[in-house]
Amino acid sequence: MRFVAMVRATNASEAGEMPSQELPAEMGKFNEELVKAGVLLADEGLQPSSRGARVRFSGKNRSIIDGPFSETKELIAGFWILQVKSKEEAIQWIKRSPNPFPTGESEIEIRQIFEADDFGEQFTPELREQEKRMRAEVAARR
Amino acid sequence: MTATETHRAIDAVWRIESAKLIAGLTRIVRDVGIAEDLAQDALLAALEKWPETGIPDNPGAWLMGTAKHRAIDILRRNQLLERKHEQLGHELEARQEAAVPDLDEAIDDHVGDDLLRLMFIACHPVLTMEARVALTLRLLGGLTTVEIARAFLVPEPTIAQRIVRAKRTLSDAKVPFEVPRGAELEARLSSVLGVIYLVFNEGYLATAGDDLLRPTLCDEALRLGRVLAELAPAEAEVHGLVALMEIQASRARARVSPSGEPVLLLDQDRSRWDQMLIRRGFAALTRAGQLGGSPGTYQLQAAIAACHARARTADETDWSRIAELYAELSALVPSPVVELNRAVAVGMASGPAAGLAIVDRLVSEPALKNYHLLPSVRADLLAKLGRHDEARAEFERAARMTQNARERELLLEKAGRGKREGGRGGKR
Repeated sequence: MRFVAMVRATNASEAGEMPSQELPAEMGKFNEELVKAGVLLADEGLQPSSRGARVRFSGKNRSIIDGPFSETKELIAGFWILQVKSKEEAIQWIKRSPNPFPTGESEIEIRQIFEADDFGEQFTPELREQEKRMRAEVAARR
Repeated sequence: MTATETHRAIDAVWRIESAKLIAGLTRIVRDVGIAEDLAQDALLAALEKWPETGIPDNPGAWLMGTAKHRAIDILRRNQLLERKHEQLGHELEARQEAAVPDLDEAIDDHVGDDLLRLMFIACHPVLTMEARVALTLRLLGGLTTVEIARAFLVPEPTIAQRIVRAKRTLSDAKVPFEVPRGAELEARLSSVLGVIYLVFNEGYLATAGDDLLRPTLCDEALRLGRVLAELAPAEAEVHGLVALMEIQASRARARVSPSGEPVLLLDQDRSRWDQMLIRRGFAALTRAGQLGGSPGTYQLQAAIAACHARARTADETDWSRIAELYAELSALVPSPVVELNRAVAVGMASGPAAGLAIVDRLVSEPALKNYHLLPSVRADLLAKLGRHDEARAEFERAARMTQNARERELLLEKAGRGKREGGRGGKR
């Protein structure tokens, strides 16, 4: 299963302040550990929201709002995509991350990505059942 | 944290740390079986302590420290035993304190090397293929015997026994804990790659087993491949295998219909292909290519998979390139099945007559006597050439040969279509 681990923005990240010298090195080491363990699918850091925009939908209308956005704590400053066996494993990995904002408080939110199977279960119970029967037949023939 | 939460967290720590732990311990005690027992003991100690104390900041170091104490005990005891034997034979020997080697140093260095050595041991040719697979998943994947048994649809005692026997075989054969060098390396590496790809296919090709653990096998094989790519970055075939698995896995969502029927590559909804995995596959393929040398079998198969991944629609597929790649593959590992695939590609690139010429040379091939895809491919080509009566006969022959009911239906349907189109020529 896959998880996104999102680093919440802070005033510093929104101000476009570059992290101290130690952090990139530490973060690099952490990322390398993730790569070596074969669990890192992707990772990116995001520029401040002042360089972004929002498209707001209202019924059939769309309007454009340019950044920056004020509610800093709801913004994302970067993310990893991890492929692991459980939510707990994702947590254990993220616990090992250096603090993305070493001098202050920060938060990394872990969310599971939907996989094809997650939909199957919710939307097509009868098809699931059919597949189950078919698979059982195949298994029996083995 | 509740006790259950702690247990789950310990499971996760185990998943992350176990392979490194076992690898480091094998370096000390030089026996995979003993190393795994020591690691398991450390896990039990954690299950006992951590619910009270909480999970330590560096759980890996805690587990290793705990296991190391026991390892040293064992080593000392063995040394004592040895010394007693010596005393019986000779007089007192001068070299009493053949001190325990500097363990901390031994472990902290070369963590990567140790993992690589562990992979080579788990996939050692003295073991049967089944044993290699079970041992790899157990030692390097951190999977439990129950999980492995469920994924392979065999009873748990079978797997447990397989692992015990494998460890004994390794111990009896005194298989050294090392990365093979020179001429041996290629053969040994190919065994490791073979095990990983087998695990992947077991998950990928599975139609049997109503269990989410089968896709887990795909994920685990991919993960092991990615780990290996970092441990042995100079080996092009490792990147080739990773590329092949990433690209194949990218189609997982598209290759089965909602009702569970397989969807053929050319009929798949390409918008459902996972672009992130495709990009990762391309990156791995580039890495393999940059290492130079003539491409191996995994790299060639990955290059073929990449041709499909690059085509936005089935019609845009670069069939001449694919035909070339199959020709290279055929030269490397001559196989009638590869030739049959080449025939399909040639048929698409240069027209059905050219494809049929290759297939016709395979008709007398004994290895393909019971292979339903031979008449099936031949039938497709004949139909495209407007030879509908012959095509129908071949479709029907293929239908009689396949074990799969759904496929039989499909082939008979095609045979029927051929009947209606009988006399009309042209493409499908």
